[in-house]
Amino acid sequence: MKRLRGLSDRAIAWLFVTPTMLLLLAINIFPLAWTVRLSFTNYRANRPNAPVRDVGLHNYSSVLTDPDVWQAMQVTAHFLFWTLLLQTLLGFTLAYLLDRKFRGHGFWTTVILVPMMLSPAVVGNFWTFLYQPQTGLWNYAAEYLTGVPASSFSMIGSVKLAPWAIIIVDTWMWTPYVMLICLAGLRSIPDHIYEAAEVDRASRWRQFCTITLPMALPFIMLAVLFRAIENFKMFDMVNLLTDGGPGSTTELASITLKREAFEKWRTGYSSAFAIILFVTVFGLANIYVKALNRVKSR
Amino acid sequence: MSRPSLEAHSVVAPSRRSKSIAAVIVVAYALVSVIPLVWILLTAFKSAPDSIAYPPKIAFHPSLDGFCNLFHAHSRQPAEYIDAMPPARSVCDRLARERHMVISGPSNFAPRFLNSVIISFGSTVLSLLLGVTAAYAFSRFRVPGKNDLLFFILSTRMMPPIAVAIPIYLMYRELGLTDTRLGMILLYTAVNVSLAVWLLKGFIDEIPREYEEAALVDGYTRLQAFRKVVLPQAATGIVATAIFCLIFSWNEYAFAVLLTSGDAQTAPPFIPIIIGEGGQDWPAVAAGTTLFLVPILAFTLLLRRNLLRGITFGAVRK
Repeated sequence: MKRLRGLSDRAIAWLFVTPTMLLLLAINIFPLAWTVRLSFTNYRANRPNAPVRDVGLHNYSSVLTDPDVWQAMQVTAHFLFWTLLLQTLLGFTLAYLLDRKFRGHGFWTTVILVPMMLSPAVVGNFWTFLYQPQTGLWNYAAEYLTGVPASSFSMIGSVKLAPWAIIIVDTWMWTPYVMLICLAGLRSIPDHIYEAAEVDRASRWRQFCTITLPMALPFIMLAVLFRAIENFKMFDMVNLLTDGGPGSTTELASITLKREAFEKWRTGYSSAFAIILFVTVFGLANIYVKALNRVKSR
Repeated sequence: MSRPSLEAHSVVAPSRRSKSIAAVIVVAYALVSVIPLVWILLTAFKSAPDSIAYPPKIAFHPSLDGFCNLFHAHSRQPAEYIDAMPPARSVCDRLARERHMVISGPSNFAPRFLNSVIISFGSTVLSLLLGVTAAYAFSRFRVPGKNDLLFFILSTRMMPPIAVAIPIYLMYRELGLTDTRLGMILLYTAVNVSLAVWLLKGFIDEIPREYEEAALVDGYTRLQAFRKVVLPQAATGIVATAIFCLIFSWNEYAFAVLLTSGDAQTAPPFIPIIIGEGGQDWPAVAAGTTLFLVPILAFTLLLRRNLLRGITFGAVRK
């Protein structure tokens, strides 16, 4: 390749990559390093002039022995388990049905997709209205369908029901995401494999178990992993819907972190907590990228 | 994914019956899942008493109360004061007087909405500029440590926003960027650039290298070839990426609620705190939500073909 004028490829490569890297260094890496530094101190952001003391690993040990943190982790685990389970089951079922390619399936796919594009905060906030015990639409629907008096229960106010209130909203929003990826997985299976199975007189159920499911599995895994990462850091919808309440029954890790960092202003402590969450997400992200590459090579 | 597949479905085509069963279940799910959105739209046009009527009202007299309360601030005045005023000049003025109120000025909704527009578009343009150049370099040149850099770029998007917000809060306080549009634009750019690089790299990878090589042979410099050959070829991909960046910035809440409070506050932290007399003003909240969601609906329709790609960082390409 001849080049008579202009910058060398090497120079252009640097010129093109550097601005992005600088921005990420300034807004991601530098703050991250700062968080690490703060996590070893007793710094409080609301008292910038107070003397800062090094406390070593004290913050880390107190995060890991804090019963509130473990409570938050349990709440997060419950939320993750049920949202992933429901979204995978519903999403895969819908994808499987849409793959029958009935008339108008394209239109209905679009309709189903809408909730996942919307702002979880703004829409999540509106769900508090739908969940109102006295006047809300859902409680009315429940009374109409089952006869349970509408004002006898409150999805957001009750300790038992609140964890399910957030699981329902999240499932409503994100089932379409899992569905869309599963649909791509199902469509990636070549017809000739089914034709061969048909020739071999394999039953529909056997075809499902030996062809459909295993071949769509990398796609399902991808969707589940991505949802796991997103829901592990879930903040916006839950912050507006329940703000962790009642008590701390829906207090996910991110909500606890917000309280420690921006309400109690325990900056050093919450920095240590943030680093622990980082490491967890980083591990998940590593697995996610491996899954991405597996799907890509298909 | 909306494109019909071209392969013939001979033996494996689903039967008519299984198609109708599938259609019934899918349509039922779709209808139930749009109920909350329909309810937002209905509530936006209800009067305050209608919005909290029990049983919930499906048929009602449409009212502009919600939109009026969304855009105007009100104050309560004695009847004599209102009677002495000149006749109402607008619908909102008249509606307010019926409730013994007068419009005391514009509300904060319009400026917050404008902030959303400026910050989303600003960060989208910046992410595209950074994203398309970096993606081109990663796609065409041997960058040392390429895979590690790409993984690093992706991983920045995976970080929990609240954890990132702690040091950003401190850094912005030092730099005077707290509650500024510039601060939010830079922050959203940093989040979006990872998606932009990954998506655009996928799109550029699909453009045959031969096009540029032909241009180079014709005497173009590398930069000219990038501008005049690669960019036009990648136009669809750039538009799709732009819409994804716009949607993220438009919908973002966590950073906005923690780092802005006034001047640079966007619509998502503002809409939930619209308060009327005696609690939350649901018709106004619904009106604000409706106006906020409409652009996203339009964008989603535009994106249909590239949606899957965007939500999987370019891994799944149909």
